[in-house]
Amino acid sequence: MNRKKNTLFWNLAFFAVIIGIGFFIYRASLKINYTWNWRAVPSYLVYKAQHEIDSPVNGVVEGFKDGELSVKTIKGKVIYVKVEHPILKIGAVVNAGDELGYNASYKPGPLLMGLYMTIKISVVSIVIALAIGLITGLMRISENPLLKNLSTVYIELVRGTPLLVQIFIVYFFIGTLFNMTRFIAGAFALAVFEGAYIAEIIRAGIQSIPKGQTEASLALGMNYFQIMRHIIIPQAFKRVLPALAGQFISLIKDSSLLSVISLTELTKAGREVVASTFSPFEVWFTVAALYFVVTYGLSLLDRYLERRLAGDE
Amino acid sequence: MNDNGDYIIVAEQVNKTYPNGVKALRDVSLGVKKGEVVVIVGASGSGKTTFLRTINQLETVDSGRIIVDNVEITDPKTNLTKIRADIGMVFQHFNVFPHLTVLENVMLAQTLVRKRKKEEAKQIAMEFLTKVGIEDKKEEYPTNLSGGQKQRVAIARALAMHPKIMLFDEATSALDPEMVGGILDIMKQLAKEGKTMIVVTHEMGFAREAADRIVYMDSGKIIEMGTPEEIFDHPKTDRLKQFLSQIL
Ligand SMILES: Nc1ncnc2c1ncn2[C@@H]1O[C@H](COP(=O)(O)OP(=O)(O)O)[C@@H](O)[C@H]1O
Ligand SMILES: [Mg+2]
Repeated sequence: MNRKKNTLFWNLAFFAVIIGIGFFIYRASLKINYTWNWRAVPSYLVYKAQHEIDSPVNGVVEGFKDGELSVKTIKGKVIYVKVEHPILKIGAVVNAGDELGYNASYKPGPLLMGLYMTIKISVVSIVIALAIGLITGLMRISENPLLKNLSTVYIELVRGTPLLVQIFIVYFFIGTLFNMTRFIAGAFALAVFEGAYIAEIIRAGIQSIPKGQTEASLALGMNYFQIMRHIIIPQAFKRVLPALAGQFISLIKDSSLLSVISLTELTKAGREVVASTFSPFEVWFTVAALYFVVTYGLSLLDRYLERRLAGDE
Repeated sequence: MNDNGDYIIVAEQVNKTYPNGVKALRDVSLGVKKGEVVVIVGASGSGKTTFLRTINQLETVDSGRIIVDNVEITDPKTNLTKIRADIGMVFQHFNVFPHLTVLENVMLAQTLVRKRKKEEAKQIAMEFLTKVGIEDKKEEYPTNLSGGQKQRVAIARALAMHPKIMLFDEATSALDPEMVGGILDIMKQLAKEGKTMIVVTHEMGFAREAADRIVYMDSGKIIEMGTPEEIFDHPKTDRLKQFLSQIL
C-alpha cells in the first residue's frame, strides 16, 4: 500500500517536471520576443486544395441542387455540372470557360510529403541494409580469409568514416558513375552505412548461439545453409531484435542527412517550410514530433514482437 | 569402398591433438559389429567424448582412419552430411532446438535431410515420441520440459532419422537423479532391439546389463577391452582396477 502511494507520488512529480520544462520553454521564448504562430502549421501537414470548375457552355445559371449547378444554354438545353462551392448566383450569364465555382480536396502538405519520402527511403534502405548486414555478418565469421577480410575491411571503413562524407561519395562519385537517381543513391548510401552496424549485430547474435545447436544439427546430417536458415538465424534473430530495432531507428534518423543531396525528405521539407514561413520553432518542433511518431511506433512494434517471440524460450 | 565384413564401425590407429596441444587420442583402434552395444568407460578427460565425436567427424583426426558403414569418414573427400544422417548422436546437454516445438524438433532433419514429406515425417516423429513416452508434449517448446523430457526429445530426434548407429555421450550425466532411470530404460530397450550403439557413461549398472563389450580408456588410450564380466570381475591392469575401485 505504502509502495503504491510512493509510485503515485513520483509519477505526479514526473508530470510536474514535464509541465515545468514546458513552461520554462514558453517563458524563454517570450524573452526573445518570438511570436508563436501554431495556426500556420497544420496547413503544412494537410491543406485544402481548391480547384476551379469552369462552365463548359455559354448560358445562364439556372439552379443549384445536390451539389450540381444547372446551366441552360441559349438553345434551351440544360447541362449539369458538379460544383461543391458555387460562386455564381442563379440567373448569372456565363460564357464557356468562366468560373462557376470550385471543388476542394485535402492534399498532403510539404511536411507530410517529406515524412512519406523519409519512410519510403528508410524502408528501402532497411531491406538493403538487412541483406548487406546478413551476408557480411556471415562472411565475418567464416573461416575463409577472403570472405572474412573483405567483410572486415568493409565494416571498418564504414564505421571509421562519417555518414555525411559517405553520402557525398556515393552521390557524387558512385552515383555519377552508375547514373543513379537521388533516391537510389541516397537509399544505397544509407544501406551501406547501416549494413556495417547490422553486420556486427548479426555476427554477435550468431556467435551467442551455443555451439551445441550447430553440433546437434551437423550430427543430424544438416548442411551449413540448412543450419543457418533453420537453427541459428531464427534463434539469433530473436536475440538481436532489440539491437536491430535500435539500428532501424538510427537509420530513420540518419536519413535526415540525405537532405544534403537535395532529397526532399522530412528535414529538407522542414527547411523549405521554414524558409517560406519564418516560423522555425513551430516547424522544427513539428518535424521532431513526426520523426518521433515513426521511431516510437517502431519501438512499440519491437516490444510487441519481443513479447510474441518470448513465448517459446 | 572398403569391405569390413560384419564391422559397421572400424577405427584404426586414431590420433587427435587439440589446437591447444592436448593429446586427446593416442592410437585408438576399435571395431564395432552390427548390432553390438559397446560401452566406453573411463575417468573424466580420458578422451571418451573426443573419440565418440570423431566417429561422426564433429572432430577431425590427425592420423589414422575411421570407416563407418564401409565409408571412410576420415577421408576429406567423403560427403559427411550423408553418412552423419546414418549416425544418431545424443549429447550430455541435450542440444534440443529451443525455437521449435517438440514435434518440430523431431521433424526438421527428416524433411531437410531425409527429404521426407511433412505427413510422413510427422507420422515417424509421433512413432518415436510415443516410444520415448512424451507424445503428449508434442506441441510444447523445450523450455517447458524437464531435463529428462528434453533428453527424450533428443533421442526421438536422432531415432527418427532411422540411423544405423547410435552414439550416446553421457546422456544421463546432466539429469536430476530421478530422471536417469527412464532414459537408461530407453537405451536398454534400444540395445535389446539390436541397435548398434556406442555409449559413453558412468552408469556401471547399465554397462553391466546392456553392454556386449566394455572399453576402458585412460589418457587418450584404450587400456582394456572385454565383456562386462572380464572388465568388472576380472580386470587385468592396475589402472582399470584403480578406476573401478574409485567408481564402484
Ligand atoms: N575442444 C577442445 N579443445 C581443447 N582441448 C579439449 C577440447 N575438448 C576436450 N579437450 C581435452 O581433451 C581431453 C579429452 O577430453 P574428452 O574427450 O572430453 O574426455 P572425456 O569425455 O573422457 O571426459 C581432455 O584433456 C580435455 O581437456
Ligand atoms: Mg566427455
